Amino acid sequence: MSDPLVIAGKSYASRLLVGTGKYRDFAETREAIEASGAEIVTVAIRRTNIGQNPGEPNLLDVLPPERFTILPNTAGCYSADDAVRTLRLARELLDGHALVKLEVLGDPTTLFPNMPETLKAAETLVKDGFEVMVYCSDDPIQARMLEDIGCVAVMPLASLIGSGMGILNPWNLRLIIDAAKVPVIVDAGVGTASDAAIAMELGCDGVLMNTAIAQARQPVRMAGAMRKAVEAGREAFLAGRMPRKLYSADPSSPQSGLIGS
Amino acid sequence: MIQLVINGQAESVEDGLSVAALLHARGLAGKRLAVERNGEIVPRARHAETRLADGDRLEIVVAVGGG
Repeated sequence: MSDPLVIAGKSYASRLLVGTGKYRDFAETREAIEASGAEIVTVAIRRTNIGQNPGEPNLLDVLPPERFTILPNTAGCYSADDAVRTLRLARELLDGHALVKLEVLGDPTTLFPNMPETLKAAETLVKDGFEVMVYCSDDPIQARMLEDIGCVAVMPLASLIGSGMGILNPWNLRLIIDAAKVPVIVDAGVGTASDAAIAMELGCDGVLMNTAIAQARQPVRMAGAMRKAVEAGREAFLAGRMPRKLYSADPSSPQSGLIGS
Repeated sequence: MIQLVINGQAESVEDGLSVAALLHARGLAGKRLAVERNGEIVPRARHAETRLADGDRLEIVVAVGGG
C-alpha cells in the first residue's frame, strides 16, 4: 500500500472515514459506504429495544467488524463519565476492540466539544488501554494536550457537526497539522466534495464525515464524489501546489515567436 | 419476583434470573450487544453465572447508525 494512513500502528488505504447515521435504511448505508471506499466507519452506542422488536436487523450484520474497522463514538455524551462508560460498553460489544472515537459535547445547539471534559475523558481512556481518536475544537494548544495525553489521532472540527459549512478556519487547522505528530483528521463540517479536497490540500491526514453523504440528494453518488475528492486533495498536497502570485500574471505560452513580430 | 430497571424502565422478573436467561427471554440471546449492571460491564463470558438482584440497574446496548 503506498501512502497509507497509519492510526495506532495500523495502515489504511482510504483516508476517508464515514459515519453510518441518517441513512434511509441499512441497504443505503451499506451501498454508500462501499462507494466511499472507507475502511473505518463510525457507529453510535444506544439502548436496544428489550424484546419489543426481536427480529430487528443489527447494523453490525450489515457492516461486519471482520470487514470494516468499526469506530464506536460517544455522540450525545455531555460529560467525561458518560463518554467513558459508553466506550467501555462499546469495547465489550466489539470483543475488546480498543480503537474509539471520543467526543464530549458542550451544548445541544452547537454540538461544540466541551474541551475540559474531553481532556479528562481522554486521560481516563488512554490509561484504560483505549486507542483514542478525539473530536476536538480547532485549538492548536488543546490538540497538543490531547496528543500529549496519548490520543492516537486528533480530529478538529472544520465547522459545526452536521452544518455542511465547510472549512471555516483553515489557518487553525494548519497550525494543528504543522505541530502534530499523530494523524490530524477533520471531523465535522464538510458539506461537499471541494470541502474535503481543501481539508486534504491543507495537509490533513484524513476526513471524517457523515451528513454530507447521508443527506445528499443521492448519497451513494456523493460517497463516490467524496472518495475522489479526498484522493485528489491528498495527491495535490503531496504534489505541492504552485505559489500564489498576487496581482502578477505569468503566461503559460511562449512570449517569443508571435506572428507579425 | 425482583425489581430491575432495564434501559431506564422498571421491570419485575423472577428471583435468581441470570443475565443470560434475561437476554434469552427477551429474544436477545446471541445478538451483538453489551450489558452493564450498576455501572459495571458484565462480560459476555459471565452472562450465564451473573444472577440479577433486586434493585439492579441494567443497560443493554447495541451499535446503531451514527457519525
